[in-house]
Amino acid sequence: MIAPRKLTVSVLAYSGALLFFVVPFLFIGLTAVKSRQQASLLDLSWPTQWQLWENLTAVIEARDYMMIQAFINSAIITVASVTLIVVFSAMVGFVLNRRKTSWNKMIGFLVLSGLMIPPAIVPTIWMLQQLGIFRTLHSMVLIEVAYNISFGIILYRAFFSTIPRDLDEAAIMDGAGPLTLFFKVMMPLLKPVTVTCIVVQSVVIFNDFVHPLYYLPGDDNVTIQLTLYNFQSMFNTAYNLLFMNILVITVPMLIVFLIFNRQIVSGMTSGAIKG
Amino acid sequence: MNRHKPDVRIRKTKSVSIQSYYPMWFFLPAGMIYGLMFLVPTVASFYFSMTHWTLFDQRFIGLDNYREFFNEPFLLKGLINTFLFGFTTSAGKVVLGMALAVLLTSNIYFRGLLRSMVFFPVLVSTIGIGITFTMLMDPNSGLINQALAAIGVDGPRWLIDPDLAIFSVALVEIWRGVGLATLIMIAGLAAIPTDFYEAARLDGATAWQQFWRITLPLSRPAIATVTTLSLIDGLRTFDLVWAMTRGGPGFASDVLASVIYKQYQAGFYGLSTAGNVILFVVIAVVALPIVAYLNREER
Repeated sequence: MIAPRKLTVSVLAYSGALLFFVVPFLFIGLTAVKSRQQASLLDLSWPTQWQLWENLTAVIEARDYMMIQAFINSAIITVASVTLIVVFSAMVGFVLNRRKTSWNKMIGFLVLSGLMIPPAIVPTIWMLQQLGIFRTLHSMVLIEVAYNISFGIILYRAFFSTIPRDLDEAAIMDGAGPLTLFFKVMMPLLKPVTVTCIVVQSVVIFNDFVHPLYYLPGDDNVTIQLTLYNFQSMFNTAYNLLFMNILVITVPMLIVFLIFNRQIVSGMTSGAIKG
Repeated sequence: MNRHKPDVRIRKTKSVSIQSYYPMWFFLPAGMIYGLMFLVPTVASFYFSMTHWTLFDQRFIGLDNYREFFNEPFLLKGLINTFLFGFTTSAGKVVLGMALAVLLTSNIYFRGLLRSMVFFPVLVSTIGIGITFTMLMDPNSGLINQALAAIGVDGPRWLIDPDLAIFSVALVEIWRGVGLATLIMIAGLAAIPTDFYEAARLDGATAWQQFWRITLPLSRPAIATVTTLSLIDGLRTFDLVWAMTRGGPGFASDVLASVIYKQYQAGFYGLSTAGNVILFVVIAVVALPIVAYLNREER
């Protein structure tokens, strides 16, 4: 039995979604596979000749395979900083939840500050220069850790309050030390929140444009978001290549979203509400 | 637990020794990175903002940078636009997010698919979105104005018109971020007990009355969250403005974050840092009271 009202509302909702949320991506996808002349029209017409492969290789080969270098750099930064965020923020969340110290209030305040305060750009560059690590990939990793660890701490602190303390006591009775307790007993239990943390933070760090722009200048250190920025002026007469570039950096996100839909949604909304 | 008195005593002595299993040095790795890369530069920014600082020299000049900021029209414009952008985007995200949340929790086919479609832009590169919409908003060949022309409307000159540019960017930011707002609102709506709606229906309340009397007051925590998040994001925004207009035409769509970048590029490090401190103060002054107010009402 089809309810006419339900059908009407659904059809209206889907037409709206199609117009506002599908057409822009359709535009990206179609323009990316067109020939240069057809792409310059900036319309939604069907490609007269499909140049998927030619455009893709052109984008990858541009500026001496800069895209490949950028993918490698972005992957290194994302993997390294997410790993550090997971371990370090779980450690903080663990002690913060289990031990009531006079530091707790202070740390809570710092965590909120980390979420709200815009980073002071030039003083940070000055700091990196003092440490002698400006323009290096590992300084970028440390920066991403510092800027995103607050969110991780909030996720882990909330999750630890769901793990009963009896478990800690049992492990301690069995002779576990602090490190065994944390890494061997607790870490495996954290899997759900860790998956959420990894996925959400990876998306954020992979998509980060502003901070690599400031802290990682130079062609050798280019990241994936910056290729697009660099190509924007270079490809300004070749829209097909520009949009192929957008497509190339969007597809990984689409794949991640299809696989981890639930974790992304729960992580982004729960972390947001706690924050 | 407290039924057996002796047990309590034992538990207490044990809980003192148990503290050592949660060592304070677990704070250390996170604290060191956070301190060095975020906290120290933030504190230092107050000093640097009061210096004349270029590639060549650095000297203390007191509040001159701030004076310059409030006297130069193109710097002041950035401050005004920051407010405009922050408030329009968060208002837009709250209103549209609520509307979409009501729609997406109502009785329609394949709600999950629709939710995913609305949410996906949140995950896409902001620069990519910015470039795409710059093309779509082209006054002559852009798809948006062509579509408007097809139904007989003369589309505005979105990013070219100095009075409109910042709002055009705000519109795209609302499009990009409304998915997250919607999901938070949906989580808020799901927490409202269905009994309330049944009771209201028995009393003959219309759907409109139900929304104003039940849905809206009871989703206050979700509204607070969306407002807070989008206000802080909006005031700090840089990527989208930079990808779409570079602050132009002229400096008509500059925001604080793009002013900071431009001054940094020009080598005026002290002035750039002053912009940073102003942004910090703006967020503290504007966002914190709103956050405190909305969260106080929560309980």
